[in-house]
Amino acid sequence: MTAPPDDCLARNEWLCGAYLSSRREILWDATVQHLQLTVVSVLIGLALAVPLALAARHRRWAAGPVLGVTTILYTVPSLAMFSLLLPVYGLSASLVVAGLVLYSLTLLVRNILAGLRAVPEETRQAARGMGYGPLRLLLAVELPLALPAAMAGLRIATVSAVSLVTVGAIVGYGGLGNLIYSGMNTYFKAQVLTASVLCVVIAVVADLLLLLVQRLLTPWTRRQP
Amino acid sequence: MDPETAVNTLADAWSWLTTSANWSGDGGIWNRLGQHLFLTVVCLLISCLIALPVAVVLGHLGKGGALAVNLSNIGRAVPTFAVLVLLLLTPIGGYGEWPTIIALVLFAVPPLLTNAYVGMREVDRDVVRAARGMGMTGGQLMLGVEVPLALPLILTGVRIAAVQLVATATLAALAGGGGLGRIITAGFNLASTAQVVAGAVLVAAFALIVEGLFEAGRLLVPGRFRGGGSG
Repeated sequence: MTAPPDDCLARNEWLCGAYLSSRREILWDATVQHLQLTVVSVLIGLALAVPLALAARHRRWAAGPVLGVTTILYTVPSLAMFSLLLPVYGLSASLVVAGLVLYSLTLLVRNILAGLRAVPEETRQAARGMGYGPLRLLLAVELPLALPAAMAGLRIATVSAVSLVTVGAIVGYGGLGNLIYSGMNTYFKAQVLTASVLCVVIAVVADLLLLLVQRLLTPWTRRQP
Repeated sequence: MDPETAVNTLADAWSWLTTSANWSGDGGIWNRLGQHLFLTVVCLLISCLIALPVAVVLGHLGKGGALAVNLSNIGRAVPTFAVLVLLLLTPIGGYGEWPTIIALVLFAVPPLLTNAYVGMREVDRDVVRAARGMGMTGGQLMLGVEVPLALPLILTGVRIAAVQLVATATLAALAGGGGLGRIITAGFNLASTAQVVAGAVLVAAFALIVEGLFEAGRLLVPGRFRGGGSG
């Protein structure tokens, strides 16, 4: 009879190199799913948030309902949000994406709207005086000036989405959250710690990448004294 | 799923909610609601006792700003679910609700600390100088001038923390904690969509009531203490 292997996996240690090497594929697949869910949700959220924020900016009556509804959506806890969508989407990745879209939508609409509202009236009048039509005013003046606030919202929304994907484990589509969930049930310390650390690393890297994009897109914000 | 099935699920969820047997007993709605309320209130008190004195003193002294402001960002990047499970697998996990309580407090402290610190720093410097010129000591200035003026933002922080606590307490059910979230996780284990939806409606209503109470409180207090709409 062979003795059971005496490595960090058998001793169930928190830090375990053998775990990293033997489960490389599982970790990779979970990370890819995590990234896919995050990116798809934030992009859909962004595509919906821009027109909503513009509507709230230019149609006075739309601002109240848009801000009110998004605030209510944001108050609903994530587990309840995913559960409320269950009758519509069933146990699917779409359910997780739909829930995350609703959260990122809220953060993005608020920030884009704040950015648009912060464009000085004199700037707008100067552009109109130079003969800018409404569309050119929006694309060439208002949106670029709202960009720093919008990017701040995008960073918050992305970091939040990375963290919230883990809750998708309840329906089996939680990226690294799936590993945390199964690791909890089997008391597998190395798996839980590794997946958790990877989540935080993804969030920090995504935040830094977006910060870099923001600096490249808004060179004028750095030329201040 | 087609619309008809979705409507049937809603009807089933409604009948689950209106069945009196689901409200009583150990796993009943009343018991879970009590646990949720208890966790939220106790952890809000603990978090305020930890965060507010630190933030007020740091804000008064103007020190530790980077930490106080960045703490919120760090709190956002760390998944609540991961912290709950990590705590459960440490030796603390053997002590009943303690992993849940610690996780709740950890996620309620950052918004409290950040908002209170920013509130203290945003007090008009002219007012602070005037108070000093009148001969106020540091303590008098802090408690008599800065804290009252920072109160709107401090209360905004308390509100964000309370809503965060309700959400975290719900997630605690995934890691075996008590509270309304258990109705949802039990529904998933029973493959009962009706119960999952019924639990989710209860949780959402609870969160919205907490938010609504803070909003009502904000409207009732004198105008000078009112903060902005949301944080």
